[in-house]
Amino acid sequence: MSVRHALLAFLSEGPNYGLQLRQEFEESTGEVWPLNVGQVYTTLQRLERDELIESDDRGEDAGPQKVFHITEAGRKELDTWLSTPPDMTEPPRDELVIKVLAALRVPDVSVHDVIQVHRRYLVELMQQWTRLKEDEADFDLTFALVVDAELFRLDSIVRWLDTADGRVKRAALEAPSAKPGPLIRRRLVARR
Amino acid sequence: MSYLELRRVSKSYGAGATEVHALSALDLAVERGSLVAVMGPSGSGKSTLLTIAGSLEEPSSGEVVIDGNALSSMSRNDKARLRRRTVGYVFQDFNLLAGLTAAENASLPLELDGISAKTAHLAGVAALEELGLADRATHYPDELSGGERQRVAIARAIVGERSLLLADEPSGALDSTNSEAVMRMILTACHRGVAAMVVTHDAQLAAWADRVVFIRDGRIVDQTVPPPTPESLVAHLPAPSPRR
Repeated sequence: MSVRHALLAFLSEGPNYGLQLRQEFEESTGEVWPLNVGQVYTTLQRLERDELIESDDRGEDAGPQKVFHITEAGRKELDTWLSTPPDMTEPPRDELVIKVLAALRVPDVSVHDVIQVHRRYLVELMQQWTRLKEDEADFDLTFALVVDAELFRLDSIVRWLDTADGRVKRAALEAPSAKPGPLIRRRLVARR
Repeated sequence: MSYLELRRVSKSYGAGATEVHALSALDLAVERGSLVAVMGPSGSGKSTLLTIAGSLEEPSSGEVVIDGNALSSMSRNDKARLRRRTVGYVFQDFNLLAGLTAAENASLPLELDGISAKTAHLAGVAALEELGLADRATHYPDELSGGERQRVAIARAIVGERSLLLADEPSGALDSTNSEAVMRMILTACHRGVAAMVVTHDAQLAAWADRVVFIRDGRIVDQTVPPPTPESLVAHLPAPSPRR
């Protein structure tokens, strides 16, 4: 979460006090992302320096009682940020994928059992997130979107585990002695 | 005592070299007021488990006990009565009768059970009301959206005094929002004391359950431990502030 762009988004709704911005930031993200309170004021100072926001009183530090508004350049910066997809071209170095790949090579280890341990853990986490959805009345839009995002993220990993489980089972039936490591590496290299 | 119990239940199809073991000595219990999800890949035996639990199919061996009554000791008529009065089924493809209105579909199990058409109709409408479908009571299935059809199917499954709800991929054909609504309704029925079992391959659906049981090749291989409260989850998040 970019504190810088979140603050620009809040200010796009209209001028606001430093203190109010801090509270709004906390309310919308505080339960999910870590917040360093000092970071809000420091970021406001930098935004002002970069002329993306302005205050009525340029002389003082970005404190709680100062009113800020977004500039034309700030609005442009915000629009560009909103419509620029984050870089997802490089697959993340996923520890779970590595564990499952490693389990294929370790003698006397059942890949299915390894997959199941992780599947259960993920479903237990999903159960906890889903509990937060039970009370619909207490489930505001911002929070609903954050919970959905987390559930879909965990769900996608469970689906990958399910697929991996099925693939490993089929592979064992078709070619019990196959060693997948070098083959995977060759194909990845060939596609670059 | 558990409301639904499967004790060492096995089910095989075919014989000799072509024999397939769909379920192998499976034990499972569902308490009143709780929702148990059974997760597993296609062919793992989860649908067979559901049909045997609902007395739609006989096990090859083992025992199914519903509310303290062993199905093996019941006559065919008694089992048919149990299916009409006690067990509600929800299927992926809704299975509504096209020629009947939503209210008629919802009240059908009661009418089949010999309850007067008027009383059954009132109960059907009450079940629809509970699921927010009162204004759709006179509509036919083809006049309803997918989500509404599934809600009628749930109304039919909980109409009257049904105490066991069995659902097979109950939101398979629905989008996320409707799936969520369906699971919320099943959970509401559980809060009223219904024992429910949902079989699914969908982790987001299963996550609504109190307990998730994992099935593979006809055996239970694992299950979740009861999840901690949401507060403990929030406490584990990086931010210290609880949700507002």
